[in-house]
Amino acid sequence: MSTPTLTRAGERSSLTKTGGEPLREKLFRWILIGCLSVGVVTLVVLLTYTIIRGWPRLDADLVMNMPSQVLPATAGAQSAITGTLWLMFFTALWTIPTGIAAAIYLEEYADPTHRINRIIEVNILNLAAVPSIIFGILGLAFISRGLGLGPTVLTGSLTLALLVLPTVVIASREAIRAVPRSIRMGSLALGATQWQTIWRQVLPSAVPGMATGSILALSRAIGEAAPLIMLGIGFVRFNPDGLQSSFTALPIQIFQWTTESRTEFKQLAAAASVVLLVILLAMNSIAIYIRNKTQKRW
Amino acid sequence: MTIDHESSRTHISNPAGAMTTTPSEPKGTHSLNVSGVASGTSPDNATIDPVIETIDLSVFYGEYEAVRDVDMVFGKNQITALIGPSGCGKSTVLRCFNRMNDLIPGARINGTITYHGQDLYAPEIDIIEVRRRVGMVFQKPNPFPKSIYDNIAYGPRVNGWKVSSMDDLVEEALTKAALWDEVKDKLKESAFALSGGQQQRLCIARCIAVEPDVILMDEPAASLDPISTTKIEDLMQDLVRNYTIIIVTHNMQQAARVSDRTAFFTAELDELGERHGRLVEMDWTKKIYTNPADSRTEGYVSGRFG
Repeated sequence: MSTPTLTRAGERSSLTKTGGEPLREKLFRWILIGCLSVGVVTLVVLLTYTIIRGWPRLDADLVMNMPSQVLPATAGAQSAITGTLWLMFFTALWTIPTGIAAAIYLEEYADPTHRINRIIEVNILNLAAVPSIIFGILGLAFISRGLGLGPTVLTGSLTLALLVLPTVVIASREAIRAVPRSIRMGSLALGATQWQTIWRQVLPSAVPGMATGSILALSRAIGEAAPLIMLGIGFVRFNPDGLQSSFTALPIQIFQWTTESRTEFKQLAAAASVVLLVILLAMNSIAIYIRNKTQKRW
Repeated sequence: MTIDHESSRTHISNPAGAMTTTPSEPKGTHSLNVSGVASGTSPDNATIDPVIETIDLSVFYGEYEAVRDVDMVFGKNQITALIGPSGCGKSTVLRCFNRMNDLIPGARINGTITYHGQDLYAPEIDIIEVRRRVGMVFQKPNPFPKSIYDNIAYGPRVNGWKVSSMDDLVEEALTKAALWDEVKDKLKESAFALSGGQQQRLCIARCIAVEPDVILMDEPAASLDPISTTKIEDLMQDLVRNYTIIIVTHNMQQAARVSDRTAFFTAELDELGERHGRLVEMDWTKKIYTNPADSRTEGYVSGRFG
C-alpha cells in the first residue's frame, strides 16, 4: 500500500469502519435508556392518569370551597391548600435558619478530628434516613402531648421541621464546603474576623446551594402524610388563623377522600393531588431557577 | 543595624535599572543583575532596618517539625526572597509572619518571631491587626466573587474604617498596584472578568488597601504567563519603596531579578529519617548568586542541585 500507515505492524491498516457499532456497545446504551425510562414513564403515566381522573373537578370550586364529607360535587380543598401553605411557611421558618446555623458550625468551627463532632456528623446522616412516621411519633409524644400543643399548625410545622432538618443541614454543609478555601484565606489575610469571613464571603457564595437544598427538602416535607396522620391532623372545614389553630393539609385530605367509596370523592382526591403536584413542581422549579441563575465559577 | 534604608534603596530611583543588564557584565548564570547592583550601591555597605526577625524558629505540624531553627532578618523597604526546593518549608515560614499558620489544625511554633521588636506570638497579640499590617498575596489569584470595586473596599470595610471617600481609596490602591488604567471604566464588573495577571494585581491592590506594612507573597507569579510575571515584578520594585516585601519563589531568576536579599532553604533528613526544612544561608542576593558561603547554595543557584 502506498498510503502512509498509521498503525503498528499486525494491526489493521485502514481507518474505515469495519462493522459499525459493536453489538455490546448498542446493548449497553439501550440498557441505560431502559433504566432511565422506568422513572420517566412511571412519572408521565402517573401524572396523566391523575390529571384525567381529576379533570372533572379541576375547577374553581376546588380552590374556593371547603371540603365536605357529604357533598362531593361542590366540595373543595381550600382549607387543605391554605393549611399546606401555612405548614410550608412555618416549617421553612423553623428549619432553614436552624439548619444553616448547624451547618456553619459543623463546617467552619467544629474540629473534625474531635470525637463528639464525628458522632454528630454520623448521626445527622442517620437522621436523614429515619422514616417520617418515626418523626410523627416523636411529634405526637413530645410536641403535641409533651408540650401540650395539640394537633395545631405549630405542632405540625415543628414536627416537619425536625423531619427535614438533617436534609437541610447536609445540603447547607455541601454548599458551604463548595466555597473555595482560597476565598476564606484571602478574607482572613486582610484582617477580617472569622465571623466576617463567614458572613460576607462564605454565606453569600453558598446561598444558592443552601436555597436549592432547603427548597427540595421542604417539598419533601409538604408531600408527607404519615407524620401528620400520626399527629392526628384530620378533617377541618376552616382555614388556619394562627399557630394555635387546628388545620388540615393536602396529603391528609387526599388520603381521606381516597378512603371514601363514591366516585366523586375519588375524582376530588385526584384533583387535589394535581394541586399538590403543582405546588411541588413550582417549588422544584424555583430551586432549579435559583441554581441556574446564581451558578458561580471560581 | 542602623536605620539607613535610604542608601540601601537608592537603586529604586531607577526601577528600570534594576531590571536590566549593565552592558559591561557578561551574560551567564552568575551575571544575574541584582537590585542594588545596577545602581552601584554596594550591598556590603547597605544596612538592614529589621521589620521582622526570627530567632530559633521551628514550625511544627502536630508532632512533625516542618522547619527547624531558622534565624532570619527582614529589612524595611527591602525585598527578601525565600528560595529552595519544594517541601523545604519556605511557605510554612512565610505563613508564620501573618499567623495564617494558626488556621492549620496542630500548627505551632517554637522560638520567637518579632515584628518591629514585638513578639508576634505573644498571647496579647491581636491576630486580626497582625494580618492587616502583614498582608498576603497568594499563589493563585483569589479575587472575591464581587465587583472589582468591592474587592478593594472589602478590607477597609471589614476593618471598620470610616473613610471619607471609598472611591478615592479604591482608586489609590488600584493605582499603586498599576491596575487603575486597565479597570477604571469597569469597577462595577466582576473581578472574575479580569485576566489572571490582572486578578493577581487586584489581589495586591486589595492587600494595599488596608495599608499594610509588610507584604508577603507566596509564589505570586507561579500561575501567570511571562508578561504578567514581568508586570508583577515591576510592581514589586515600585511597591518596595513603601512596603517591606517577602516573597517565596521557585523561580531562581525571579529571586535574582527582584530581591535585595535572599534566603536559601533546603530539606534535610535527620537521624530518624524525617525531613526538616532548614535555612542554609541568608545574605544579599548578589552574594548568594555569585559567592555563596555554602556549597549547597551554590549547587542550587547554579542548577546543579534541586
